Amino acid sequence: MDASETSICKRLAMSLIAALMAGCVLQKGRGEDGVAVRDLGHQAAVEEINLWNIDIGPNGEGLPPGRGTVPQGATIYAAKCAKCHGPSGTEGPMDRLVGGRQTLATASPLKTVGSYWPYATTLYDYIHRAMPLDAPQSLTAEEVYAVTAWLLHQNGIVAEDAVMDARTLPAVEMPNRHGFVPDPRPDVPSP
Amino acid sequence: MQELHGLTSTSEWTGVKLATLLEAAGLKPESAWVLAEGSDAAGLTRSVPLTAEVLSEAMVCYGQNGEALRPEQGYPIRLLVPGFEGNINVKWLRRLKVGTAPFMTRWETSKYTDLMPDGTAYQFTLVMEAKSVITSPSGRQQIRPGFHEIRGLAWSGRGRIVRVEVTVDGGHSWRTADLQEPVLSKCHTRFRLPWTWNGQETILQSRCIDDTGYRQPSREALIKVRGVESSYHYHAIQSWKIERDGRLRNIHL
Repeated sequence: MDASETSICKRLAMSLIAALMAGCVLQKGRGEDGVAVRDLGHQAAVEEINLWNIDIGPNGEGLPPGRGTVPQGATIYAAKCAKCHGPSGTEGPMDRLVGGRQTLATASPLKTVGSYWPYATTLYDYIHRAMPLDAPQSLTAEEVYAVTAWLLHQNGIVAEDAVMDARTLPAVEMPNRHGFVPDPRPDVPSP
Repeated sequence: MQELHGLTSTSEWTGVKLATLLEAAGLKPESAWVLAEGSDAAGLTRSVPLTAEVLSEAMVCYGQNGEALRPEQGYPIRLLVPGFEGNINVKWLRRLKVGTAPFMTRWETSKYTDLMPDGTAYQFTLVMEAKSVITSPSGRQQIRPGFHEIRGLAWSGRGRIVRVEVTVDGGHSWRTADLQEPVLSKCHTRFRLPWTWNGQETILQSRCIDDTGYRQPSREALIKVRGVESSYHYHAIQSWKIERDGRLRNIHL
């Protein structure tokens, strides 16, 4: 790599360090080469961090203000999601989102939001950050809450009059919430 | 072969240790997981456990095989956790966020979890267990009777490969293959075994053992425990069937 590329990489690494440092208490101030780490890059401003700090925790941490209903979600889903996931969420061609309950232990398991996903909050996180495929992060918080509400309702998890917001969404108990076990390997007997 | 064996690869990586970055940031005692987020359109996110092993080995890389990361490999920087499933090596890394518990992203709940016959699923099965493959001769190739050097690759996400065994008679007898130096931990290891094919139908297989004593299992033994819905981390012994005309194809025993 040439000098300018090296320089760019170093600057980016420094930016990353600066981002990491934000909000943290420095315990050690110097890198291995004696350069004070706090002198690298610049301290990331809260506004800069907030642009990227979009992850939603399983306890709802990070959920924004706003609310959405099932009927609102139906309209948005039909306009922005159905072309890939099918009119009812069951047709595809991309990931099936609806149905599949009671199939996980059968010969034809169908892993959907309703049958497999352990946390409703992950639905908000992923729709917001990655969907729709051709315009990720284009939906407003209200729109994401609404699509989430519609998908949960289609899966029989919330009522038709349910309202999803930062308080109600983390409280939704997903059917497969307790279906996961931490890595138990090695699990296959040694030959 | 890559589709059979899960897009496996090895590179020489250059970067900064994750532990160095976290130490500079000031890791709090309760820190246990870090969220790595890409700047791709979908903002891919994965949770990485901050175990002693991860802290001693994981890197934020800017170089691969002596040059800057290529765009498709995550330029300008990406995460690398040796021995873990490839999806955790987040490309185009833009953010690391430390927490006390996994963040439960779509990629570690809906995907990359291993569905078992009873309907439960393994989660955070991040380490790739010992696996091997004969690369020559291999599927879609055609060989002639006579001398061949059987060659292949073995690897383990738990450590170093200590032995590879090869059968040229469908598992009736096994011979220990030579390992080509260097033999590195959590890295492809080349093996080879001289062999003369007599022109008769047969089946070639390889199996490996790592330095934890873990032995690559048979397909039958693996399926007995895990069923057939857990392909993400499938690592059973694989079989190349050789026909009388010398053509090779993948078969299940």
